[in-house]
This record gives sequence, C-alpha cells and structure tokens, in this order.
Amino acid sequence: MSRQLHWRSGSRVLAAVSAVAVLGLGAAACSSSNASSSGGNVTVSINCAPTQAQNPIQHKQWVQDVATFEKANPNITIKSVYNYPCTNLPVFTAQLRAGTEPNIFYIDFTDLPQVLTAGQAADITSYVNSQTVPTLKDIVPSAMRAVTAGKTIYGLPTNTYTQGLVYNRKLFSEAGLNPNDPPTTWAQVETDAKAIAKLGNGIEGWGDYSAGNNGGWHFASYMDALGGSTLNANAVPPVADFDNSNGLAILEALHTLRFTDNAMSKTQGLAWGALQAQFGAGKLGMYIAAPDDIYNVIVPTDKGNINDIGMGPLPSLTGKPAGSLGGGNAYIFAKYDTPAQIKAGIKFIDFEDLTPGQGVTFNYARQKADGLPVGFDEPSLFDGSAGAQVQALRDKYATINTSYYKAYVDANEVSDGEPFDAQAVYKTLDPMMLAVLTEPNINIPALLKTSATNVNTLLQFSS
Amino acid sequence: MADVATLRKASARQSAPSRVTTGRFGQKVRRNLSAYGFLVGAVLCFTFFSWYPIVREVILSFQKAVYGGGYTWAGWVNYDRIIHDPTFWLAWRNTLEFSLLALVIGYAVPFCVAILLNELRHARGYLRVLVYLPVMLPPASALLLFALFYNPQYGLFDDILHTLHLPTSQWVFQPGTGFISIAMISVVIASTWMNMGGATLIYLAALQNIPGELYEAAELDGAGLFKRIRHITIPQTRLILIMLLMLQVVATMQMFVESFVLTNGGGGVGDNTESVVMLMYQYAFQLSGSSNYNAASALGVMLMLVLAVFSGGFLWATRERRA
Repeated sequence: MSRQLHWRSGSRVLAAVSAVAVLGLGAAACSSSNASSSGGNVTVSINCAPTQAQNPIQHKQWVQDVATFEKANPNITIKSVYNYPCTNLPVFTAQLRAGTEPNIFYIDFTDLPQVLTAGQAADITSYVNSQTVPTLKDIVPSAMRAVTAGKTIYGLPTNTYTQGLVYNRKLFSEAGLNPNDPPTTWAQVETDAKAIAKLGNGIEGWGDYSAGNNGGWHFASYMDALGGSTLNANAVPPVADFDNSNGLAILEALHTLRFTDNAMSKTQGLAWGALQAQFGAGKLGMYIAAPDDIYNVIVPTDKGNINDIGMGPLPSLTGKPAGSLGGGNAYIFAKYDTPAQIKAGIKFIDFEDLTPGQGVTFNYARQKADGLPVGFDEPSLFDGSAGAQVQALRDKYATINTSYYKAYVDANEVSDGEPFDAQAVYKTLDPMMLAVLTEPNINIPALLKTSATNVNTLLQFSS
Repeated sequence: MADVATLRKASARQSAPSRVTTGRFGQKVRRNLSAYGFLVGAVLCFTFFSWYPIVREVILSFQKAVYGGGYTWAGWVNYDRIIHDPTFWLAWRNTLEFSLLALVIGYAVPFCVAILLNELRHARGYLRVLVYLPVMLPPASALLLFALFYNPQYGLFDDILHTLHLPTSQWVFQPGTGFISIAMISVVIASTWMNMGGATLIYLAALQNIPGELYEAAELDGAGLFKRIRHITIPQTRLILIMLLMLQVVATMQMFVESFVLTNGGGGVGDNTESVVMLMYQYAFQLSGSSNYNAASALGVMLMLVLAVFSGGFLWATRERRA
C-alpha cells in the first residue's frame, strides 16, 4: 500500500517536473531562430514569396528561380517565407518590435521610418555598388530614396507604381459605352458608372475601399489627381490640406455615385482584395488601382479575363490628372544579418528582382509562356539602359493589347509620393470614406472638417 | 505496542527537538513535493505570461521609442496623446454601451434559456447541444457567419425584412452614434449568440443543484412560475449569478474580436462600434509609421485600472455580510 502511495507520489512529482519542463521548453520555443551562416555556407530567409494557394504560377516561378540561384551559388540557401498579401501590418509591426523579421523583409515605401525607429535595419551601403547590383545606376532615384536615410542604404527597391482607372471593357460595351473611351472626369465617371450599374445582375459601376487603411489611401490619390495634396508638408508638423474644394468635390462625387446614381454596392467597409475579386468576377465596372493589380492579382488570383481589362487616367475635374499617388515596395535587410547574409541577400535580390529578363517580375519570356499578361508600362523601376532593356523585353513578349492601356500611359501621371506618416493618415481617413459611402444624409463639409481635425491631432503627436 | 511507539516518539521529541522539527519539515516537504512542483509550474506560468507582461506594460506606458531601437522615459506623454485622440472618449462610450447591452441581452438571455431547458422534460440533451454548438465554432468563423447574415446586399436578415416588406438595415454599418445604436445592437446580438452556450450550461448546472423539494413545497403553497423563480431560483443561484455578472462585465469591457471582424477592422460608421481594445490594437499594430506600443500600453493600463476598480468594488459590494 505504502509502496503504491510512494509510486503515486513519485509519479505526481514526475508529472510536476514534466509540466515545468514543458513550460520551459515552450518558452524556449518562443524565442526566434533566424537563418544563419556556418562555415562557408549561408542561409538567408526572405518573405513575400508567392504562395501556392493564391499565386500558383508565380509560386512555381519563384521555386524555379530559387533552385536556379542555389545551383549557381551552392554555398547559399534561400529560406522562402510564403505569405499573401505581402503587406500585413499587425504581423509586420509585431515582428519589428520583437526583432523576429526574416533576414530580408518586404516593406511598402511608407514603412521605412517605422523600421528605422525600431532599429531593425542593417546598413548595407558598403555592400551596394555597381559590382553587386549592376543596374544600380539605372534604378529611378525616387525608388532608391525610399530605402535610404541620409546617405545610408538599408535595402533595395523591387517595385514602383502610379495609380490609374482600371475598367472592364466588356461591361462598357454591354452598357452601350465606348470601351476605348474611359472616363477622365468625375462627371463622366458618374455617367458611365450609372449606365453599368443598370446592367443589374449584381454588377456595380464603381467600387471603393473604406477599411484597412485603403480608403484613406484612395482618397489621397484622388486628391493628387485634382492637383491638391492630402497634407501640407511644408508646415511643421505637417497639417491636413484636404478640407477644401478638392476634398469636397471628391467626397460629393463618391456620395452621388453611392446614393444618387446607385452605382456602388450597398456592401461597404471593404479593404484591399475585395474589389479585385469583384472585378475579376466581372461584377465591377471601374475602380482605381496600379497596373500590378491586374497582372499580380486580378488575372492570376481572381481569374479575371485580361481581354476585358483596360486602364485610363485617374478621374479629375479637368480630364487631365495633375498627379497620382505613387509608391512601391522594397526589401530591407534585418539588423541582425551577418555580412555573409547581406552579401548573399543582395545577390539574390539582384538575381530575382533587379535584372532585366530574370525573376518573377522581369522574366517576360517565362511570363508569356506561363500565360501571365505581359506588356504593362509598370513597374517603372529603371531609367537608362536597364529601363530600355526592360521596355524592349516587354514589347517583345507583350500579350496584352497595349491600346487598351493607351489612355493611362498617355496621361503620364506625375508620381506624387505618399504623405508623411502615410498609414496613420490613411487609417484616420478610412472613417471619412466609410461615412460618405454609408450615410445617405451625411453633412460632407462637416465631415471634412472633423476628419481634418482628426488628422491634425494625429500629426501633432506623430513621432 | 502502540504505547511503546508513542513513548519512543515522546522521548525523541524531548531529547532532540530540533531534529524532530527538521524531520517534520522534511516530511511535510516530501509529502507536498508534487504540490510544490505543480505550484512552480503555475507560478512560472503566471510570472512569464501574466505578471511580467503587466509590469512591462506599465513601464512601456511611461516610455517612448528611440530612433534606432530601444526606449527612453517619457513621463505622461503617452497618456496625453491617448487622451487627446479624437476617438478616445468615443471608444470608452462604445465599450460601455456594449457592456450595458450585453448585460441586458447577453446576461439575461442565457439565464432564461437555462431556466427553460431546466423545466423541459423532453429533448433536453438535444437542446443543450444545440445551445452549446456556437461556442464550439472559432469566434472568427462565427462572426464571419454573422457578417454574411448582416450583409446589406445579399444577407439573410435583410432578405427576411425585405420579404416582410419592412425597411432594411445596414446592420453593423448602420450610421448613427446615439447611445443605443443599431450597429452596436447588431454586434451584441452576434456576440450573445456566439457566447451564450457556456453561460447557459453554467446556469443549468447551478439550477440542477437546487433541491427539488423547495419547488415542490412552493408549488404546494401555490407559488406560480415567476414566484418560484424569484423566491427560489434566483436566491439559490445567487453566487453563480454574481460571479458570472462580474466575469461578463470584465469580458465585455474587453470587447475586440466582435467589432473587429464584423466591421473589417474599421470600427463602424463614425467609429460607432470602435472599442477601447480596438483602439489599443490600432495604436499598436495598424498605424505603421506611428504604430506605438507605448501609447497602446498607456491605454491598456487605463483599462486595467478601470476593471480592477470595478472588480474590487463589485466584490466588496456583493460580499457575504456576517453579523
């Protein structure tokens, strides 16, 4: 009996010790284990690798590229982190604070201040030169500025964009509109959107965002197209600059589209991804986006028909947009990267993203063979000889009817860059967009005033 | 034999008291070794996952990020920033609105359902499963289901209203910042459906512990259903009712996932369903360049203090008073 009790007691002790050990192991497992280098070999982790589920073709291409790169560089192992969409602010912010981002991590151009404040970027200035990145001198200055602070380089740009009007040519034809004549003013947008919405069957004429910081992002682009700006960047701190006739014209146009013309969906509060899916399904006439929405999302992910898609300039009041919100993406090197990892990482980004004729973006021959649309005017990452090379490859392998994009290309919109503390400003403007798209009796001037006050309060305390 | 043993023990006690004490202590330790083992686990768990984060949160709330990494002391700057946020008071008001509505709807409904289930003679087990089923759904899935029901274009609820020739609604995206808004009621309905199963089962367990004789005696005295509930059910389940009331208020004051999922992370029209925890989340994760763990921590400390004061006050007010 006592032996049994003793055994039971012993087993309880063992269980208790095991419980503590498991806790300890759990805590240990929580700590990060980033890729590293040992001996002559180096492993580099990189995120924003295309996922099998959402981007099967680009995923296949990426896997091919990694294999080719590793074969040519047997001492380098690329550890791909697959995620879609690449921008996931909560995860990104948490990783920065915890210092658990991959060796090379994806950012929007607006994110560099946050990365630097968190102290999570490595200085790669001494590693970036014409030997390691042969196209360096041709990368457009605005893109290099997005990865540079002072004279220090923290990463390499991989994409740039300016926004335009994406429209469904098939729906234009069905609605009795001329598909070769996309609207250029807000008044024309209303006329065309109303005609498309009348097709019924769940088809909407116009779509817009009002959640996930995307509503504010679109509003900023509309402001740029009207020749204004979301913020007055000359003031210290910057202040809201949209409580004016331009801001009023934009919000009134959106409100009319939603409630007078009934040309927009009753479902609002939409964030990135929703409009592309609706457009890909042939249920949306128009919305604003950069061309990469077409070749990266609508066609490969949402199975939209490339022959139905065209692009025009951003809507304005005059028919000629004064500018467009421009941005882009880059890869930043993590603070903890070893020199070997930085060198290997630069080599891989040069191979995958910065060499005409190679990689997921610029291997146009393979894109054509894989059935992806080729021939868009973007990304405009290069000037000079690299730019000319890219353009020649685009022309050679073009699969799209470039005349469908002529109106957008001819508008030659000036990229205005994004406002100071862009994501915070966009977040503050989302409720304004949501109110315009959900409140039939909204007082728009009062809404503009409140939103401007909110943005100013935010900027006052902004770091 | 027993007497000899007792004498030996007594003699040992007299001759070597310190050894005996050590022996007893050792015995005690040996006897409770497994308990201490488990206690260490629990203490470590609380230390790393509860107490340390609380202390860290308080410290963070008085710091600010330094360019290039790390933090420095910042005094009350984060509290100042939070209080001047235009959505600060609105978020508190919305949170109180949610808690109040959750008390009216979410607290009473499970209790009534439990009484109903307790009174039923047939299909009790089947109905219990039915009531508990939503609890087994992951919260995000349950809320996405409701987001679909609430969709003003193809949602079930508007379809029903439309069929009945009643005015339709935008539900969680219905404008209006009045204290009891349709948007918030929509959030509470989804939340109640999602969570009521757990509370119902707890009430049911409490109800089944009430001796049947009490009800029989009351029935003999001519007490109807409501009198039985008032004079027997409620007093007999008082402790459970009080405890669940406190837990519910504390839980509802931390409302996040309901509004976050239903409004696509936006907080509704005019931020009419934005809660304190949502605001905290936005400060911490959604503002990119301005993402600010310190300001989020300041808001977290405020919420913690409010809930601590509430819980303390509530427990004091509902304590057993003895003569």
